[in-house]
Amino acid sequence: MTATVGPAVLDRDGLDALVSALASQGRTVVGPTVRDGAIVLAELTTAAQLPYGWGVELAAGRYRLVPREDGAAFAHSAGPQSWKSFLHPAREQLWSADRTPEGGLSFTPQEPEAPSYAFLGVRPCDLRAIAIQDRVLTGGRYEDTGYGMRRRRALLIAAECTEPGETCFCVSTGGGPAADAGYDLALTEVVDEDGHRFLVRVGSEEGARLLDLVPHRAADPATQSTARGAVDAARDRMGRELPAVDLRALLGGSLDAERWDDVAARCLTCGNCTMVCPTCFCVTTEEVTDLTGDHTERWQRWDSCFDLDFSHLHEGPVRNSGRSRYRQWLTHKLATWHDQFGSSGCVGCGRCIAWCPAGIDITEEVAALRAEAGTEAER
Amino acid sequence: MTMPTLAVFKLASCDGCQLTLLDCEDELLALAGRVEISHFLEASSTVAAGPYDLVLVEGSVTTAEDAERVREIRACARHLVTIGACATAGGIQALRNFADVDEYRRTVYAHPEYISALATSTPVSAHVDVDFELRGCPIDRRQLLEVITAFLAGRKPDIPSHSVCFECKRRGTVCVTVAHGTPCLGPVTHAGCGALCPAYGRGCYGCFGPSRSVNLPALIPLLRRDGLDEDATERLLHTFNAPAFDKEVSR
Repeated sequence: MTATVGPAVLDRDGLDALVSALASQGRTVVGPTVRDGAIVLAELTTAAQLPYGWGVELAAGRYRLVPREDGAAFAHSAGPQSWKSFLHPAREQLWSADRTPEGGLSFTPQEPEAPSYAFLGVRPCDLRAIAIQDRVLTGGRYEDTGYGMRRRRALLIAAECTEPGETCFCVSTGGGPAADAGYDLALTEVVDEDGHRFLVRVGSEEGARLLDLVPHRAADPATQSTARGAVDAARDRMGRELPAVDLRALLGGSLDAERWDDVAARCLTCGNCTMVCPTCFCVTTEEVTDLTGDHTERWQRWDSCFDLDFSHLHEGPVRNSGRSRYRQWLTHKLATWHDQFGSSGCVGCGRCIAWCPAGIDITEEVAALRAEAGTEAER
Repeated sequence: MTMPTLAVFKLASCDGCQLTLLDCEDELLALAGRVEISHFLEASSTVAAGPYDLVLVEGSVTTAEDAERVREIRACARHLVTIGACATAGGIQALRNFADVDEYRRTVYAHPEYISALATSTPVSAHVDVDFELRGCPIDRRQLLEVITAFLAGRKPDIPSHSVCFECKRRGTVCVTVAHGTPCLGPVTHAGCGALCPAYGRGCYGCFGPSRSVNLPALIPLLRRDGLDEDATERLLHTFNAPAFDKEVSR
């Protein structure tokens, strides 16, 4: 085998070899696999654990696994978790402190748990979500050191989207089903009469070295054009879309909209949307003391703007109503995120729609706000 | 330095919550080294007189004697923590609040005249001031230790009041409602159990009672969608925290 620069093709054995190669490099390979009736992200020891032959049927508040005849591994979307479960875990220790015999305190920073992850099957929407969390958690003055360490060690193998779901709307957020940046390798799955294979594009030197370790061949024109065609077709098969207006201006001008009351009547304030969102990053900290009172630990854990304690100031929470909390979430996600981080906070992955038990649909809510703003403007 | 004293009392209850204290096996010796256990009948028949620094009360008020006793308990408690669904919400025995107690008495007992009970089962907080309420049927062992540890350190216990959904998502459990259509009270139920039931594929049945931010009227149509008729919905909400959920339904 010679070093590959142009696109290559892997077959299923090649993908097996890829996972083995990553594991033998000491990497923790994480990818999609079937568990508990869903395609979850979990540690993989072999490519055989990928969800070959499984797809999903999605609706607002509904997710069902469905078998696929083509045996595809990456034909699914809007799983119950995102990669933030690994890069920005739900709970992480920051430091500890102990009382010294002299009566003082000694502080010990916690070395972050930072395995060398290899993420296999990162969707283009999730590549964008990771880039957004990079900006939030490492782009400012104070880096989240644990996130930064895990992120820098992580290898990303994208899987371009050829099967968008009913809750997908990445195109209307400025993204799309093609992986254009931020990956080490990008796969495009092709299943046709010529076999089950993966077109591979190289995005980094690390990716090129990895590809050279596994059996592959130079990409033939037919595979390349089939792969391109499938990704292009996916652009036009989005299940949903956000209104094509200046969302920052729309949300900024909708603070008193009546629609917030309507959605608040349906919103459970359970927090699921924020937990499944691949860009929501909010955390709180907890102090854990032991019974002796001589040892304490500070832990960071996921929080949510739907938690009353999230806006707790003296004398209680600032955002008491469901209306104020849903409005905060949506307005931050689509509008004030621009002011804070220079982009929208939404990549159109559709998880918040699918995993809301009440089936609240962000695209429908924005459309309703748009309609209400339009009505206002006409008056 | 004298150690703070701990006392455990019960009203109408099954003892399961106070047994959680004995269930703290690994921490029990450390705990006994930090507090003087002065009154805990499940552990020892030797009791010391009050007042006590920390009092844990299990059970609900169901008799006139209980109503009097809970005032005495409060009077000897510097810091009163109620533990479990009975003490914080009236418990399963509060189902009587929605029925005719005399009818129950006549139906169940051969000599109903021997039974002296109030018409309702009520939480301790309906009778005396309570410093902290720890939810659950039964309570969670780690949360009980947190409440005691926080008391010893003089800080607020870290007992989040959000929904069980937070706990499912943090532990990576696939939502049983969205992925399987299983009716679940998780979105309206107070966290604390670690999302135990959904981790085993069943819906939450609300044994920790309502969370601090509940929109129960929005959940009822979803329970219907997932196959519960009116009777089944009422049965699901009428278990260990029935009066607390009932208040939320009619909100």
